[in-house]
Amino acid sequence: MDWSFITAHVPDFLAGAWVTLRFGLYGVACSAMLGLLCSLVLAYRVPVLRALVRAYVELSRNTPLLVQLFFLYAGLPRIGIRLSAEACAVVGLTFLGGGYMAEAFRSGLEAVDRTQREAGECIGLTLPQTVRYVVLPQAFATAAPAVFANMIFLIKETSMFSVLAMMDLMNVADTLRTSGGRTIEVLSMLVIAYVAILLPVSVLATLVERRMRYAGFGHQHSV
Amino acid sequence: MQDSGISILFKGVNFQRLMGGLWVTLRIALITIGLSVVLGLAFGLLMLSRRRTLRAVCRAWLEIVRFMPQLVLLYLVYFGFARLFGWDLDGETSAVIVFTFWGTAEMGDLVRGAVSSIPLHQRESAAALGLTPMQAYRHVLIPQTVRRLLPQAINLSTRIIKTTALVKMINVTEVLKVGQQIIGQFYRLREAPFWVYLTIFILYFLICWPISALAGWLEKRWA
Amino acid sequence: MSAILQVRHISKGFEQNPVLRDVSLDLDEGQVLVVVGPSGCGKSTLLRCINGLEQIDGGEILLRGEVISGRRKNLHLVRQKIGMVFQSYDLFPHMRVMDNLMLGPVKALGKPKEQAREEALRMLARVGLADKAGVYPRTLSGGQRQRVALVRAMLMQPEILLLDEITAALDPEMVSEVLNVVLDLARDGMTMVIVTHEMRFAEAVADQVVFLEDGCVVERNPPEIFFHRPETDRAKRFLQSFDYAPRKRAAPPDTNTGEIQCAP
Repeated sequence: MDWSFITAHVPDFLAGAWVTLRFGLYGVACSAMLGLLCSLVLAYRVPVLRALVRAYVELSRNTPLLVQLFFLYAGLPRIGIRLSAEACAVVGLTFLGGGYMAEAFRSGLEAVDRTQREAGECIGLTLPQTVRYVVLPQAFATAAPAVFANMIFLIKETSMFSVLAMMDLMNVADTLRTSGGRTIEVLSMLVIAYVAILLPVSVLATLVERRMRYAGFGHQHSV
Repeated sequence: MQDSGISILFKGVNFQRLMGGLWVTLRIALITIGLSVVLGLAFGLLMLSRRRTLRAVCRAWLEIVRFMPQLVLLYLVYFGFARLFGWDLDGETSAVIVFTFWGTAEMGDLVRGAVSSIPLHQRESAAALGLTPMQAYRHVLIPQTVRRLLPQAINLSTRIIKTTALVKMINVTEVLKVGQQIIGQFYRLREAPFWVYLTIFILYFLICWPISALAGWLEKRWA
Repeated sequence: MSAILQVRHISKGFEQNPVLRDVSLDLDEGQVLVVVGPSGCGKSTLLRCINGLEQIDGGEILLRGEVISGRRKNLHLVRQKIGMVFQSYDLFPHMRVMDNLMLGPVKALGKPKEQAREEALRMLARVGLADKAGVYPRTLSGGQRQRVALVRAMLMQPEILLLDEITAALDPEMVSEVLNVVLDLARDGMTMVIVTHEMRFAEAVADQVVFLEDGCVVERNPPEIFFHRPETDRAKRFLQSFDYAPRKRAAPPDTNTGEIQCAP
């Protein structure tokens, strides 16, 4: 191990980790919003839109992110749609993640009894109010484990941003590896950097999941 | 528009070349799936072992393999092993090694989940009917396990197929790489990249979608 | 005076299976109408049609002379005037009892929170659950949950309350605590439409009894007549079957209703 090489390049890895984390989180946030909208369209059977959403979910879940990114970054500009590397990263990750998040939220929504919605409407709430105060909080609790699993999955997928000429962790590592030849050092730092990003996220996920599970308003019929 | 790009697909043997590239990824995926199923069954049984330490080791292994982005694992094997052990593995071999380790772990977890989801009273009621343990396995327990396992295992195989797109990053000449070569040759066609990448996107979809539709159908049927 | 609720010749079917056929009813303010009939006769569907959970296929429903049936945009405004309580309580499991009670008054009626809280506490005390305001529904017994559900409906100050077999899912010993609350509301002059299998309770609470069979109104009479001198053979048969085979569903047996204090 060449420790001086490692210490010299810690700032590079920090910068790369920041890019990975930042764009990962943008992607996760946008995916969650898109996924939630799609899940509402699916669960409440909005005509026309529903068919579009279904097609989108299938497309996003059955194609690799790498191919999606190539299409966005190298394909679309040729027909006049030009996105920056950063925009491609967020759009690509959102395209992929939206489909997965939609499925997660949809199963959460479907787990809420139909009668809950009727009960909300029977006390004079409008449908949007019922969804917001009655249905969604319960759906979120059920969907939480799947949503967190998707979040971790999406952050891992950011490793493919390196094809977009973004200086994320992968690309930092690649650049250093090809120029310096210190493969082992570079790979060790790469692993450590990903652990540093992913470990807190997965610990947080476990904690929230446990809290949700014991929140105590589940459907168990204990009297 | 007379020669704007879509025609590139039908120039010379371009389409066959793309299919050839696709076959490279599919071959890796098929070998990986085959190995993962066989090894995963064994790994799953290990995870169900009565020995706590053995279970803990398996669990740790699973978590580690799951934790890292697959691209990082590919780099570790492809670039790292060469440096550490002097093994000069080619891209395809590295990919099969990495994906099989990962697929085995995931498959093992599915096996564990499927087996432990069969309630104890199923075993007991089989015994109460006077079935021998062998008969109980053959007629009661294994069919139920398979029904739980098969849809999930099929889903895992689509994940493996999508993941094999990554081998592009370790210099395997697969479908994306072939696409780039074609684009390079026909660089005068402005819209060529758009059509080539769109085609690859659709090809992946056409492979993965029927498989996940099958998994969904089986899941619904056996629910 | 004119009726507060008028149901005129309504019909309703599910996939060509007629469930309600030409049903007409009317109800004056302060009256209690009890709907009885064999399982599957359309009782629940009738209630669900009244507050718009189901669209009717024909006829019309009027509340204080205003048509409320048919496709309309602000169904929620109508529902604010019509309270409904279900067999399965349907409290919101993720909210404490107090939040369950305040949601409608605050969000739908726009009442100030403090006022809503005070009213909720007063009503809770009236049904004997003042100490349960801060707990989650999961920790309550079935009878307690159903009383909370009644309070939740009452806090919307509805003009009519619809009760759909509210004791059918309860353990026998809890039936009376819930029915007593309903008797209490009836004494206070609450206008109600009640679907029930508790015949003694029905007799005690009803001003009018409607007997529904195969989606048709077969008989309508005051309880003294319906339960003792029914005019139709079908009602007679129904009441007889009730005495000898109390119910088919896995719900409380009738034997228990004897414990209810029936006198209004």
